[in-house]
Formats: sequence, C-alpha cells, structure tokens
Amino acid sequence: MSTTESPTNAPGFEVDRNAIRQLADAQINVELDTGDMIINLGPQHPATHGTLRLVARLDGERVLAADPVIGYMHRGYEKLSEFRTYPQVTTLINRIDWLSSFANEVPFVDAAERLMGVEAPPRAVWIRTILTELSRIATFVLFLGEMGLQVGALTPAFYGFRDREHVLNLIEAATGGRFHPNFNRIGGLKDDLPWGWIAETRSAMKTILDACDVFEDLVAGNEIFLSRTRGIGVIPGDIGTSYGVSGSNLRASGVDWDLRRDGRPYLAYPDLDFQVWTHPDGDSFSRYWVRLQETRESVRMVLQLLDGLPAGPVMAKVPRIIKVPEGEVWVETENPLGQMGYYVVSKGATGPFRVKIRSASFSNVSILPWLLKGVYVPDIVTILASLYFILGDIDR
Amino acid sequence: MNVVLALQIGWGTTLAIKTLVVLAIIPLGALVLGYVFLLKMMSHMQSRLGPMDPGGFHGWFQLVGDGMKFLQKEDIIPDEADRRVFAAAPAVVVISTFLVFLVIPMGPDLVVKNLDVGVFYALAVSSLSVIGVLMAGWASANKYALLGALRAAGQLIAYELPLLLAVTGVVVQANTMSLQGIVYAQQNGSIFGWHGVGNPFILTQFVGFALFLVASQAELTQTPFDMPVAESELVAGYMVEYTGFRFLFFFIGEFGTATAFAALAATMFLGGWSLPWVHGGIANWIGPFVLFAKLMFVAFLMFWARFTYPRLREDQLQALAWKVLIPIGLLNLLITGVFKVAF
Repeated sequence: MSTTESPTNAPGFEVDRNAIRQLADAQINVELDTGDMIINLGPQHPATHGTLRLVARLDGERVLAADPVIGYMHRGYEKLSEFRTYPQVTTLINRIDWLSSFANEVPFVDAAERLMGVEAPPRAVWIRTILTELSRIATFVLFLGEMGLQVGALTPAFYGFRDREHVLNLIEAATGGRFHPNFNRIGGLKDDLPWGWIAETRSAMKTILDACDVFEDLVAGNEIFLSRTRGIGVIPGDIGTSYGVSGSNLRASGVDWDLRRDGRPYLAYPDLDFQVWTHPDGDSFSRYWVRLQETRESVRMVLQLLDGLPAGPVMAKVPRIIKVPEGEVWVETENPLGQMGYYVVSKGATGPFRVKIRSASFSNVSILPWLLKGVYVPDIVTILASLYFILGDIDR
Repeated sequence: MNVVLALQIGWGTTLAIKTLVVLAIIPLGALVLGYVFLLKMMSHMQSRLGPMDPGGFHGWFQLVGDGMKFLQKEDIIPDEADRRVFAAAPAVVVISTFLVFLVIPMGPDLVVKNLDVGVFYALAVSSLSVIGVLMAGWASANKYALLGALRAAGQLIAYELPLLLAVTGVVVQANTMSLQGIVYAQQNGSIFGWHGVGNPFILTQFVGFALFLVASQAELTQTPFDMPVAESELVAGYMVEYTGFRFLFFFIGEFGTATAFAALAATMFLGGWSLPWVHGGIANWIGPFVLFAKLMFVAFLMFWARFTYPRLREDQLQALAWKVLIPIGLLNLLITGVFKVAF
C-alpha cells in the first residue's frame, strides 16, 4: 500500500475523509499545519503479539484512521480439514487459539459426535468441562499480567506467566501436552485423569485465587493503570453486537450473553451453578475487570466440577474407523476469547466435506477501525491488549 | 578520552586525573546500577533469578560481556539517516552525563570543580541530553524514533521546572548553590540545636525530595514516564535504529544519568559524602563510599518505582507536571522561604 493512498474503503471512513477535507480547507487560514503521518504497526511489533498489522494515519499522536491488515499467519485450516480424517482434524484446530487449545477441540468433537449420534460418557463430559475451564483460566491469567505489560508495567507480565504455569502443569499432567493436548476423542477422552490430579488441582486453584488478588492490587488497583484504561476504547453494547464482538469483550459492554448459559446446552454447564459477569462501561478497564472476575468464577466452577465428578468410563463405544454419516451441524461454544463455532458438513466419508470455523478474535478485531478513531497512539496498545486476540484465532 | 586529557593537562595534572576518574565513573556507575537493579533487583521482584553464571558470583560479569558483545556488533546506519547527526547523538547524551559528574563532590577535596553555581550548572547540563535525544530521533529517519524524540523533548521540558523547584528549597535553606556548600550545610547543621546527625535536608525538604525523585524519573525517561522509549508502543523510541556501540552509548548514558541524578539527590537531600561525626582528611577516604551507599539507596527508590508502575500517557504526564508538581513545588518554595525568614 502506498503511503498516500487512503487505507481502506471500509464503512465508517467516509466521515473521516470529510474531516480531512475540512482540515485541508482550514489550511488556508491556519499558518502552521502538520501533515498526516502514516505509521505502520506490525506485522512485527510487540503490541500486536503476533503478526497483526495496523496501518494508522496519525495527526501528531492522534489516530485519524486505523486499518487492521490480517492474513500474515493464515494457515488454511478450513481447507486442510477437508483432507484429514475426523481424529486428525483436532490436531489442526489445537493450533487456532493456541492459548486455550483444549477449548478449541471441544466444539469440533461435539459436532462430530452429534452427527454420529454418539454420546460421551458423563465422566468424560465432566473432565472435558474441567479442562475447558482450566484453559480459560490459563488464558485469562496470562492476560491479566500481559495487560500490565502493554500499558508499561513489566512485572505483572512475569507474574502472569508464573501463575499460568500452575494451570499448564495440570493440563500437562492430565493430557501430556502443555499447549496442544489433542486429548479429545470422538466419543470421549484418550485417558482418565492421573492419580492425585484432583487434589493437586484443588491446591492449584487456591494459588490462582491468590494470583487474582495480586493482579487486583498490582494492576487493576493501580492509579496509573486506571487512568490509562478508564474511558479508553469504549464499545457500546449495540455497536459491539453489530460487529460480532463476543465473549468477555461483549460482556464488558453490559451485554449479558454467555453461551455457557444462553446457548444450546453443552458439556456439563447446565448442571453448574455459576454467575455471568458483566460491566456497564465497555471500556478497557471493564474488559480487564470482567476477565478478572471470570477467572475467579472459573476457579469456582472447577472446584464444583471436582466435587461432583462422576465415576465410570471415559470413552464410549465407537467403531475403529470413524465414518460420520451425511449431514450438517453448527456447534458454537463460549471459548476464552469469545464465541467459537464450527459448521461441519459431512458426506459420509472419514473426513469432513467442509468445515467453516467461526473464531472469536476475527470478529473482535473487526471493530478496530471504528474503535481506534480519534484515540492517541498509546491507547492503540491499550485497546489492542484489552481486546485480547490471538493471531492464530484471527487468521486460522 | 585523549582529547579531554590533552585539554586538561595544561590546567594541571590533578584536574586531568580527576577527569579521568569521572570518565571511568560513568560506565562503572552504569555497570553497577545496571547489574544491581536491572539484572538482579528486577529479576527477584519478578520471581526469577536473572543471569547466574557469568563471572561466577550471581552473574556479575554479565553486563561486561554484554558490553563486549555490543562492541563487536555491526554499526548499522540507515540509508535515509542524516549520518553525522545520527553518529553524534549518543555521544551528546553521554557528554551531558559526564558534565554533571564534574560538580558532584565525593569528599572534602574530591571534586573536579567546586562551582559556586553548582546546582544550577548540574541541572543545566543534564538537560543537554534532550538535544542528543532529539538528534537521534530526527536523524534516524524513522517514524517511531521521531515520535519518541518529540515525546522526550516535550517531557524533558515539562519536568525541568519541577526539578528546579524541588532543588530551590534546598538552595534557600543552605544559602548556597555550591554542592560542596550544601553538603557542609547539612553536615554542620543541627536539628533544634542537636548536632547528632547534622541536618540532612530530607527532614525539612521531604516534599522537595519526593518532587525531585518524580521529576528525575521523568528526566531519565524511566517508567512510569518512559513514553519516549515505550517498548510496547514505539518499540524503543528514539533508540530504535541504533545498534552496536552506539546503542551501548545510549545504555551507558541512561544508567550513567541515573547514577548522576541519584548522586545529586544524595548530595542535596541526604548529606552527600559526609557523615556528621567524621571531620577532616579521613573524609576523603570514606567519602566516596558514603556517597555510594546513599546513592544506591536513592537509586533503589527510583528503580523500585520503575519496575512496579505502568506507563502514563503523554498528555497525562504533562497534566501531572503542570497541574500537580509545579504548584506543589511553588508552595514548598513559599513555605521554605517563610520559615527561612521567620527563623
């Protein structure tokens, strides 16, 4: 893209062009005028934690327009899925949102099971729920520290990595993989939980609750952090909904919508007693606050699940070679980053005919051109950090 | 270094030796502060150990090794850059640090030049570094560097005034602008007639001390005022295009200036090289160590804040400087003046 060209034709930019035209007219009467500067954030930039590229047109430090350019990490998972068998696809979708891989597997495996009419045994369902919530905790604890780093405080980031490790250790102990467990099988799970895992999880959950208190003091309670995030990047509920923003980002805008409670029942969530946290403000701070509360809520859910964990097998009877009967199904779940869905079309073969992946981050960053207009350069980073996207989840 | 030596030797060998010592102090101070605070204190705050192997004892050799690494690296100058300005900028930053050290006393006789306007001179030359920063940002021909340099310029100008006001209280109380005179005023002072610990100005000028710490944090572009280098927004601000030994110069400049400001604060508020019960020639021997201990205490406070707080935004920083710090500084000066006249 040349530097003189205007970044995009996306809706919302017309207003801005008018503003610029007015600025150009005003130039006659104003002696000193600064030209716009186009600054390119990314694809290699610490704030985009991945390969997101932002083309921002600046007037001084104020953003006139910002346009996200995505696709630097596109790996073609939807197409690749068509050439894999169903058990092989889970390996791919582990790598979509790599911070909460286990939560990615769940909706796909759920879709295949629904098409096949197989039902996983209760114990497998509960363990799936535990591991999904654990990956949510792992994702959010990292966010709680990472957000501090993005607004300039170095120390919380290390606390985030340190405390996430407790959860990753649990996931590794149960599944064998820290990041890419690939633990779901169609009809259940690969293994049962290892001996002593439940006691260890209980103690780790206490550590996470303590960590949440630390983050509340160190980051959320910090005056500078408050002044950097309050009122910055406000997403009104209706605008957020119309852009397809989902998950904690939408709940921070006051929209009381959580697929674990409001969607089609899945996993063990109907049996659980939990609260859906919302915040009326919709700014960066409320997104931080909602994720902090949801981390605590997830801890409570894990403890509940451990108390009520049913006995029994973890694998249903399924044929050795999995063939999914003809049909189509749409399964959506509440993943740590937001609504994640798979539309699976089967033609009766060993692999899917077509898979459409609806990932949360893709829709969450689509609001950026609207959101970044008129903010200052440091606020770009605050807003990007508070939206909390994963590049693999955008580009797939 | 040879140039300085050749210039100084005509004025006297003593002066030349002192200058060489000061020249050695800057990288040495940068090394010590960098090691103790950046590598060790920060690591332990962040529940990690930091480098443990180089040099045997807790990785003390790490920064020396890093310095050597920088010397070996290729010196890259961007095509679009203004080559001479680009090359000169790091030197300007280090020279301003060097000039501050010339007036900091380390003992009754251990001072390169005891200027009568020492405080004024120190603050004046310390703000020279902003010219180096602006040169670096402009000459790099990089938008990030330019944004960083402009932020640095705005911020350093805004924080000269609180810095000056913080120090004025001390000057009023000590009746002199000479740093040596300020040290003596603290050593020989008394608290309501009691000479036990002299009268370190931190007791009466605690507001000034706090102001000085905050303002010097901004002068040093350390968190929470590190917008010019803001690694999560501007990557490294004005330093973004620098490599090799020129980057090393910036690093030495950063930590050398931190040493200089900590030494200034220690001198003006904590009694500098003096201990109240030590008089005479012996102070020349223990003075540097006393100053070093006090300096490390001040630096500890600075770096503690640096590793804990998030970063302010540029406009919030300006608001803090003009709406909060300067009024407090003026009020402090007024009260100091009233007390000075009344007692």
